[in-house]
This record gives sequence, C-alpha cells and structure tokens, in this order.
Amino acid sequence: MNDTIAAIATAQGVGAISIIRVSGEEAINIVSNVFSNKNFKDADSHTIHYGFIMENGEKIDEVLVSKMCAPKTFTREDVVEINTHGGISTTNKVLEVLLSNGCRLAEPGEFSKRAFLNGRIDLTEAEGIIDLINAKTEKAHKMAINQVGGKASLLIKDLRNDLSQILANIEVNLNYPEYDDIEDITVSKIKDSMKNLDLKINKIISESKNGELLKSGINTVILGRPNVGKSSLLNNLIGEEKAIVTEIQGTTRDSVEATLIVDNIILNLIDTAGVRKTDDIVESIGVEKSLKLAESADLVLLVLDYNQKLTDDDKQLIESLKGKNYITIINKCDLEKKIDDELLLNKVYVSAAESINMEGIALKIKELFNLEKLETDDMNYLGGARSLSILNQVGDSVKEVNKGIELGFSLDMIEIDLKKIWSLLGEIIGESYEEELIDELFSRFCVGK
Amino acid sequence: MDYEIIVVGGGHAGCEAALASARKGHKTLLVTGNISNIADMPCNPSIGGSAKGIVVREIDALGGEMGRNADKSLLQIKMLNSGKGPAVRALRAQADKITYPKEMLKTLESTSNLEILEGLVKDLIVDSGKCSGVILEDGREISSLAVILTTGTYMKADILVGDTRRREGPHGEKPSNYLSDSLAKLGFEIKRLKTGTPQRIDKNSIDYSKTRIEKGDSIYHTFSFDMDPIYDVDEQIPCHLIYTTPLTHKIINDNLNKSSMYGGLDDITGVGPRYCPSIEDKVVRFADKEKHQLFLEPESLYYDDIYIQGFSTSMPYDVQEQMVHSLPGLENAKILKYAYAIEYDSIYPTQLKQSLETKLIENLYTAGQINGSSGYEEAACQGLIAGINAALKIEGKEPLILKRDEAYTGVLIDDLVTKGIRDPYRLLTSRAEYRLLLRHDNADLRLREYGYNVGLIDEQRYNKFLLKKENIESLIKELKSKKVTPNDNEFLLSIGTTEIKDGVTLFNLLKRPEVKIESLRVYLNEYSDEVLEQANIMIKYEGYIAKAMKEAEKMRELEDKKIPLDINYDAMHNLASEAKQKLKEVRPTSLGQALRISGVNPADVSILMIYLKRDYHG
Repeated sequence: MNDTIAAIATAQGVGAISIIRVSGEEAINIVSNVFSNKNFKDADSHTIHYGFIMENGEKIDEVLVSKMCAPKTFTREDVVEINTHGGISTTNKVLEVLLSNGCRLAEPGEFSKRAFLNGRIDLTEAEGIIDLINAKTEKAHKMAINQVGGKASLLIKDLRNDLSQILANIEVNLNYPEYDDIEDITVSKIKDSMKNLDLKINKIISESKNGELLKSGINTVILGRPNVGKSSLLNNLIGEEKAIVTEIQGTTRDSVEATLIVDNIILNLIDTAGVRKTDDIVESIGVEKSLKLAESADLVLLVLDYNQKLTDDDKQLIESLKGKNYITIINKCDLEKKIDDELLLNKVYVSAAESINMEGIALKIKELFNLEKLETDDMNYLGGARSLSILNQVGDSVKEVNKGIELGFSLDMIEIDLKKIWSLLGEIIGESYEEELIDELFSRFCVGK
Repeated sequence: MDYEIIVVGGGHAGCEAALASARKGHKTLLVTGNISNIADMPCNPSIGGSAKGIVVREIDALGGEMGRNADKSLLQIKMLNSGKGPAVRALRAQADKITYPKEMLKTLESTSNLEILEGLVKDLIVDSGKCSGVILEDGREISSLAVILTTGTYMKADILVGDTRRREGPHGEKPSNYLSDSLAKLGFEIKRLKTGTPQRIDKNSIDYSKTRIEKGDSIYHTFSFDMDPIYDVDEQIPCHLIYTTPLTHKIINDNLNKSSMYGGLDDITGVGPRYCPSIEDKVVRFADKEKHQLFLEPESLYYDDIYIQGFSTSMPYDVQEQMVHSLPGLENAKILKYAYAIEYDSIYPTQLKQSLETKLIENLYTAGQINGSSGYEEAACQGLIAGINAALKIEGKEPLILKRDEAYTGVLIDDLVTKGIRDPYRLLTSRAEYRLLLRHDNADLRLREYGYNVGLIDEQRYNKFLLKKENIESLIKELKSKKVTPNDNEFLLSIGTTEIKDGVTLFNLLKRPEVKIESLRVYLNEYSDEVLEQANIMIKYEGYIAKAMKEAEKMRELEDKKIPLDINYDAMHNLASEAKQKLKEVRPTSLGQALRISGVNPADVSILMIYLKRDYHG
C-alpha cells in the first residue's frame, strides 16, 4: 500500500473546476516533477500554490495546487490536490501526466480505504466505505467494459490471442523439450509480433480520435438564415437537457462560447452570442464569416424552415457545406410542410418551440461521428486515462522485449516481458484467467505421456 | 500411545513423510499394503523433467530422499533445456524400477525410529475432531498423535480395460476399499480421478534399426547437492524414439467405441489429466496430426520391460496387440503388460491447510495423489512437507509453509489448497509466477536453511552449504574489485568480445552476453564449477532477477496480511456472495492467498481488508 495513487476527486462533467487528488509517499515528488512552480517542493504543509502543469515543456493547464503533508490529511499520507480548469479533456490530460510520472490510478474507493486503514476514519464508518467500494466497483466494472470501443477491444483481443499462441508455444517448448515435432518459436517471430503490436496499438490510439472528440467536445457552429429558429433551438437544447452551460475563458479555445451536453455528447458552441442575440447570423456577420467559422468547426448544425420553400440563401449554405460534417435540422415540423427536402442530407425533423424530436439531433450526431459504440458515460474518461497508462506500460515492455532480444537473452527470459504485455492487454479488456495459458498449451499441442 | 506418527501408504509421498518424521526423532509407523511395493514406480520409469526436476532438487535441499535415491538408480540422465536460460533447466533421469524401490526400502529399514507394517487401513480413530490413530481392515487399532494419508491411486481403485472394470490397484494389488467411505463419513468431499499407463513390451522383441536412439548427457549430473555421481556416463542406457503410423490411427479410429473412455464403459466419473492424454485422445483431438511421437524407455537392468511413453490407452487387449504391432520396429513386439486406465478416490484439496493438515480433522495430514496431484515428484514433495509439519505440530512448533517465490513445492501446495483442481495436477513452469527465482541451480540457496532448521540437514551437509554460500559471496566481491584495462584488449579479443577504452570491472565485463565466466578464471582465485555458475547467473541475469524480486516483494505485502482463522464471513454483509462462498470454502490464511482464489476479485479483498481492520484490528 506504499505506492502513490491519483484520481479525479470531483464529479466528472463540466464543472467550473475539477480536483485531482494524489496520495502516498511520492505524492509531493511526483507533482513537483510536473509542476512549473519550483517553490512547491519545499513549501510549508497546508499551503496553496499557483502555476502550470507541464509536459515536455508544454503547458497543460493553469492550476492551483494544495500541499498537505502527513499526517493531517484525508488519508493520513502526503496528499496533493490539483485544482484544474473544469474541462474534461484538460483534467484527464493532467491525470495522464501524473500516471505517466509514477502515480497509479486509484482503485474504486481507495482514498477512503486508505483513510480508514490509516485510522483517519472512524471504525463505525467501515460499512459506508464498503458500500462506496461496492458502488464504485460496479461503476468501474461498467466502465471497464465500455472504455474501449468495440473495434479497439477486438483489436486488443486479437493482439492478446497472438501473444497467447506465442506464449503457449514457448511454454510447450520449455516443458516438453523432448518433442521434436513441435516447432520452436524463433526470435524473428517474436520481433514480428512486437512490430505488429506496436503498430496496432498506435492505430488504436489514433482511431480513438473520435473518442477523444467525445471527451474534449465537438466544436459546433449553428448556421441558418434569419427566422428559421436558431435561438429557440439553442434555448431548447439547454432547457430540455438541463445541461450546465459554462463560459470558458482564458483558454486557447477563444471562440468557444458555451459548452453544452446533449445526451452525453459535449458540444462546444462557437459564436452563440450571435445566435442568441440577433438570431440573424447571416446578416450580422455575413455569409463569408459564418462559412469561415463553419470551416474550422467539427460540426455544423444547419437550420432550415419546414414551413417554407428553400431560399437561395439556404441553397447557397447547403452548397458551401459540401464535404463538411453537418446535420440538417428542419425546424418547425409541427407546421405545414412546404420545404422540398428530397435532396437534403442528414435530416432531422424537429420543432424546437414544441419540443418535438429534439433527441433526434443527438442520435444524428452519434451516427455522424460513429459514436454509437463509444459509451459516453462520465466514468469513461477515467477509464480512458487508465487504458492509456496501461498502453504506455505495454509500450515499455515491448521495449524491454526488444532490448532482451538485442542482448541475446534466451526466449524463456524474453518471455517474462511477453507475459507482462499479455497480462496488461488482458487488464485493458478485463480478461484474466490463470489457467488460460495452460489450457491453450494443451489444446494446441499434443504432448504428454 | 503406539506411535507418534503413522503414515498410511508407502509410495513416494509416504516414504518421504515417514523418513522426515523418523529423522526428526519421532516414533513412526509406515503402513503399506505390500512391503515389496514400497517406492514403486507404477507408471513411467523416470524421475524429474521440466519443473519436476527442480522439485527433486528442492526435496534434496530440504533433506528429503528422492534426489539421493534417484542418483543411486540412474539408467540415464540429462539436463533439459540446457541451451536455454537458467530458469528452465531441469534434470530428467531414467531410473531403474528395481533399484529405486530397493534402495529406498534399504534407507527406510536403516532409519531409526521407523517401523514398517503390512496392512490396509479402513478407518481413522477420531476423537472430538482430532485424529489419534488408524483402524486396520483386520480390526487392529493403532494409536498415534498424528496420521498422514498417502494412499496414491489405491482408494477404491478400479482398473479399466475396454469394457471391463475391476476393483484392483496397480499390478493387481489389493485396493483400499473402505478408507474413502470413512473419510466421506467424517465429512470430506471425495473426488474421483483417473489416470492411465501404457503397455510394456519385451526389449528383445524390438527392431531397433527402425528407431532413433536417445542418449543421456555426456557430462555428469546428480540430483542431490551432496552426492557424487555413482554412474558411468558411457554406460548409460539409451531410450528410443518412434512415431505412430497411419495404420495405428486407423486401428484406433476403427475401434474407438471399444475404449473404456470412448463408450466401452458408461459409468466413468473420474476426471483424467489434460497433460497425460491417452493415445485415443491424441488421435481424436488432433485428427490432422499425421503421427505422434513415442519414446521407448527402459525400465530396469534386471528385467526386459520397455515402457512405451505416449501410448497409454484403455482399449481391450486384442486391439492393443494390433496397435502395438502397427508401430515401426514393434511389428513383432511381445507385450509383457497391457495398458490400462485407473480410477481412484481423492479428497478435494481445498479441504487442506497450507501445512497439508486437513481443516476438518486436527492432526490428520494428506499428501500426494490423494490431494489430486499426479507425478512421483509432486507426491514426494508433499509427503516431505506433510511429514515435517506433522512432526512440527507434535513438537508444538509452527508449520513450514514455503512461499510461491521460494519453491515450486510452495507453488504446488498453494495451488492445490487455494484453487482446487479440475483434473490431476501436474507442475509446469508456467504455474510459477517467479520461475526465474525458482531455479534448478539455486534450490539449496533457497531452501537448505529451512532443511537445517527443521532438523533434516545435519551439520556436515549444512557446513558444506555455508561454505558454498561464502564462496559465492567472495567470488562476487572479487569480480567487483578486479578490473581489466586496455592492456588486456588482446585477451578480450581472444575470448570473443570487444576491446575497451577504460578499465572495466570483471563484474561488468561478465554482463556482456558473449563473455563466459570460465574465460575469466585466469584472473580469479580457485572456485568450484557450481560457485562460478551461480555467480555467473546472478550477474548475467541481474536485471531480470531484480524485476522478479520486486514483483515478488509486492506479492509478499499481501501475503503478510494474515486473516484470523475464526473470521466470520457470514457477518460481512456487503461481501459479494460468490466471493463469500469461495472464502468460506478455502478459508485463506492471508489476503494474498485470498486474492488467488478464483471468484475473489481485488474489490472483494479491499472489503475484506476493511472488515479485518474493523473487527480484528488487523
């Protein structure tokens, strides 16, 4: 229990700030290593410090860091709390930095568990902590299942199966050396497998870009000529979903004016002021500027009027959106149909004023970004950091394998690191079964007296 | 009180248990069905093998007999995986099936405090939960302070051949008909297991020209750390390799329904070992494999039987004749003994403590196949531990429990009592998490201290061990202090490595994969080969060893968190029900052991930790 743990301590979502808690012997050292404020390390206990969390010389976030030395802390260990800006992606990034600098992601309820085991929490509260562990474990379990998209999980499963075969082959060579009709695993086969592993893992990371989009939010522009109902659409989205709207200031995303969660999808709305104030975006800033905004956005919500024929302005907007990610929201669908909509793409019929089919918009977004398979539960983000830190460990072990091969160590030594990779991959997809390799061995090789 | 300790069974587990108990000074009785079957090898004529060979070394390090006895009865010996890393090397020997038991009986008979009695045990004397003796089938009662059961495959043994089932033990011996019922009555869960053995053929009826010869190593080996070789490397008896033919496969497929296991008998409940498939299994399950490898292994210098390793079957005799004669070189072979399968009773091993004492009945210990293991070596190491622990119990001392990072013996026992079994348990290198720590070469460094402390290693053997340890230390010191300089470059090139620019210690030089410690002997004081080898491994594999030790240390933390025996899992309302049930069944003694139970996950262990703190201030 001497290792140092870290986790996001605040409820996940879009809050004003998030807190990452770090606890353990190395808490202060690890944070010092990634914190720009060099006074922190030797500062007094129970003090707060301003600075940036850094990675490779880059600023990750502007933070306030509390330093609390044992024993007067929540866990009775050294505790550091980092107040980050609320954005989920930023908070996760900070957590990832901590994990790659020596922290271990806390198990469900582990801070409370430590507090209890170190005598900080009264014995009568034991049951409460057990409930907490149970509840969080259930949630974490759900997360473990969902954290890797279906495709990535299949890919990891494949990689792990490849390794199982290699491992079973090595094991059978070691345990039944007298069988000369069983092929010996060669170094070059392992090298190939490691190359493949490296490649696929990088692919998994890049392919989860859509997942990343999901975490950091989709930069979205609402477009439409006057009086099609852009502002009522926005107000309805906010009202219906009871989402928290946060003004994000001082970040690099200057143009993002509001963040909105619709059915767990985060939409970073760009230039909503125009939409809300005037409902007149085309006139007030001109087609040219709105198209320029749309150009840099991940998603455009094009609003049209069900009750009117397409105008030249409409047609011009549609034409300019060719090749962009956009959804055609045909508003006022409770009125008489006058629009000729046959040639329109990604259509959703809604009535913002009457709250008809607003959920259709989120469905369409998921479809468009292929997000159906990515679970959007809050816990996911934690899971993401966990998977990432495991993938990093896999990378380290791949290096160890290659190093071992280069130094000419025998396969049974190399296998130690191969086995580590195998069990790490199992951890990501939640698969571990002790007799698995032995089963594999005896099902694939015909050995025995 | 007739005896202090009674051992029931004279197989490999029973012999070790009885010797350990008697050597520790306790008046011991070994009860066996047939004295001439003591230390019998009813299956393959070999000792050791991958992982198993390391167990034999462990037995020797602790003061057991198997290694020394095997060294006295070698027909052939070789080091397996000698071309691979140090963690997976292991000795495998062909042992003479006449000499091995004879030598073991000699040792038993010359050991003071030890008596041998022929008889079959039908029941235990149990008084208020404590075992205090045995009742023989003839009604005699013999009292003792502790009893160790090592019944092997004899409890309700059934020999299966084709469509026949008959109640008898190996070689037609009398089985133990009543003991497993008595155990069941006492509350033990009985599990039926199955194993098998191939035909023996007359060595004079084989055409060796159609076989490939397999010889022993040309360098000397011993299992024991204290024995000098007593065999001649040039006089080793070879084995021979052959393969099954398409005809063999056809005969098997055509007669499949006659095999006991494939429909010949419909009342088979025993579970057979995965690693020891019958030839029927091999042909059916690996249908696309054209041929299977078989070894012809000599059984003894004193009779003509050759064991066909890989050919075990439960086909009827007439089919066995056809099968054997379809093999190359065996066209005219004379079958001396037919193959058979055997079913027997065992007790489900989660009913044991890690000391091998049963949880149900105090002072009752079990070891070997009765615990669901298979193999002579697996049995012997359990027998040794059971013998040591029964004796320690009488002496009022704590049991000897070897940890998973200390010995394969520890891995084996922990697996049995923690995870239970599906089929007979065989040791494999893959069962050990830290096999780099559990090497053939360092068994004495790992375990001899324990052997000495429990009183099975005498001063002379212990001092020899201490001297070796000292020598290793001084050699490493020497390697660290002595340097080669660029002046030695010519020498470095001559031993196949590259030149240096600055001085390098011999220690660091040895880290180069191409540098062998023998090449550096010119710089060093005189050391024995095994001391040089030990230092070489410790230095060459330092990185990997350090990694394994770090992992092992992490495990030890949880291992050191003890769970009190009287813990009440029913009072832990929030523990998942599957975990609760498993914990109640296994009753782990530490959080580490709890975590290894299948069905108990880390969150359950976290919760257990909280309860321990609250209710037991643990």
